[in-house]
Amino acid sequence: MAGKIATRTAYGEALVELAPKYPELVVLDADLSGATKTNSFAKAFPERFFDCGIAECNMTGIAAGMATTGLKPFCNSFAMFTAGRAYEQVRNSVAYPGLNVKVIGSHGGVSVGEDGATHQCVEDFALMRAIPGMTVLCPCDGYEMKKAVEALLNYDGPAYMRLQRSDSEIFTDEVKDYDFEIGKGVCLKDGKDVTIIATGLMVGRAVKAAEILEGKGISARVIDMHTIKPLDEEIVLKAARETGCIVTSEEHSVIGGLGEAVCGLCSEKCPVPVLRHGVMDEFGRSGKAEEVLQHYGLTCEKIAEMAEKAVSLKK
Amino acid sequence: MSINERNDEMEKLSERELRLMAAKGRLLAVDAIHEAKSGHPGGSLSCMDIMSVLYFDEMNIKPEDPRWEDRDRFVLSKGHCAPALYAMLALRGFFPQEDLKLLRSIKSHLSGHPDMVNVKGVDMSTGSLGQGLSAAVGMAVSAKLRGKSYRTYALCGDGEIDEGQIWEAAMAAAKWQLDNLCAFVDVNGLQIDGKTSDVMPSEPLDDKFRAFNWHVIKIDGHDYSAIREALREAREVKGQPTVIIAATTKGKGVSYMEDQAGWHGKAPNDEQYEIAVNELNAQIKELEAE
Repeated sequence: MAGKIATRTAYGEALVELAPKYPELVVLDADLSGATKTNSFAKAFPERFFDCGIAECNMTGIAAGMATTGLKPFCNSFAMFTAGRAYEQVRNSVAYPGLNVKVIGSHGGVSVGEDGATHQCVEDFALMRAIPGMTVLCPCDGYEMKKAVEALLNYDGPAYMRLQRSDSEIFTDEVKDYDFEIGKGVCLKDGKDVTIIATGLMVGRAVKAAEILEGKGISARVIDMHTIKPLDEEIVLKAARETGCIVTSEEHSVIGGLGEAVCGLCSEKCPVPVLRHGVMDEFGRSGKAEEVLQHYGLTCEKIAEMAEKAVSLKK
Repeated sequence: MSINERNDEMEKLSERELRLMAAKGRLLAVDAIHEAKSGHPGGSLSCMDIMSVLYFDEMNIKPEDPRWEDRDRFVLSKGHCAPALYAMLALRGFFPQEDLKLLRSIKSHLSGHPDMVNVKGVDMSTGSLGQGLSAAVGMAVSAKLRGKSYRTYALCGDGEIDEGQIWEAAMAAAKWQLDNLCAFVDVNGLQIDGKTSDVMPSEPLDDKFRAFNWHVIKIDGHDYSAIREALREAREVKGQPTVIIAATTKGKGVSYMEDQAGWHGKAPNDEQYEIAVNELNAQIKELEAE
């Protein structure tokens, strides 16, 4: 393990590191640059940083206009405000004309913690996924995040990426043959009885759940699905065929996110039991990040419990 | 290229010729809306004189190279007035005028609202009100950042500015001192539900924009020398964006549509269409005879 870091912090570092190599990169923020970690970019490249004030809809439109001229704008605020408040601007001004704008949703999910429900977006994947042609990413740790930022800089088109507020362990740096590619899931651990497909913060917990399951004699495969859309159909269908059941895990509503994407694919092409682990149909609440995660059952123990249930549902 | 060095491939048109282009544009727009049996004639006709000056006098553009990177940009923020934009683009030679016959048709590239992906000459996809000015700000900021001399123009409706995003964009344009940005507000005084003064009063618009640190010019939006003079003045303003608040008549040029909210988004029937064609043809004939 290479220590703990929040994906938002790794993201901020990546922007600074990559800026010299990508002169078209410009960064927009909506008065949250300290929280979204774009402030170091602002300091290093002030002429390429645009603070739009607390006006996310306008920020999104400005980014769209910039993109028409060949710049590569990254728009930043909390997921609640880029994917939520500015949803229609993302849809009509960015995605419909296919513009090369990267919409960044920091502070995704309930692990925002103390700020509570108004700032805990548990529906950003659903919103962004529903937009035609939109790419949706949620890297799981700081190492993967840095690779994702560069991949986005080389991807010409609209995309959304969620960042995490809270620190989490870096572990993908130890994955063998790790190669980040948008739309390609990463098999972190092989297994034959059940597959856990997780995204973002839940990936680390899925790895731990697999260890718990190991102790119970259940061999669990773990897939890091950093790209929620386009979904890596190959890796999902292979898992469905080879392990016969799936648990999805995301720090997001069970409605409209990774879970339903996997369910939709499997029901059409390889029907097997798929259980969705995530936030049930409810809003978040205040508390320390870990307390809130525990409250909603976003834990490795719960994933392991659901994996056992999935195994029991196999024919 | 300096800001005032225009694309010399087009001869400067006289005021009479600009009026003629607008009259032809009105005929093309009404014709297209009639064929489509849907569309927005009122606002398309009210802004047509401004559009004629922009497309045939002011803007530095190349129909043979629609994506030319140094071209002046235009964003039709009130995207429902696409027939006016399409008419100007066709008259300017971006695509054949006959294409307008298929406005809003499944077979056509000319969708109900401007689509930058499929329509040559459209610089930004618009239609959802309030969003275009922000995109124009982005284009103007980009020019400043990269040392480009192109100018960016936007056209908003006086109903459209009910949208708060317009004012977010107005604040941002002033913050970045976008003197390369010039916005029009087509003040035809009507929106779908009635008079803008009843639906959502926006006056005093000049004071509002002044308070947002814009350079403000008020004109009659059908007065060609006033439109041209305002655009010239806007080019000389330094450190501030300019807004040209243009008083217009909704439905201008078709007698029964003038100043009628009911003609905001309705196509004329065959009988009404014939009256409109006769009136517009008479205007064209008169201008051609001058």
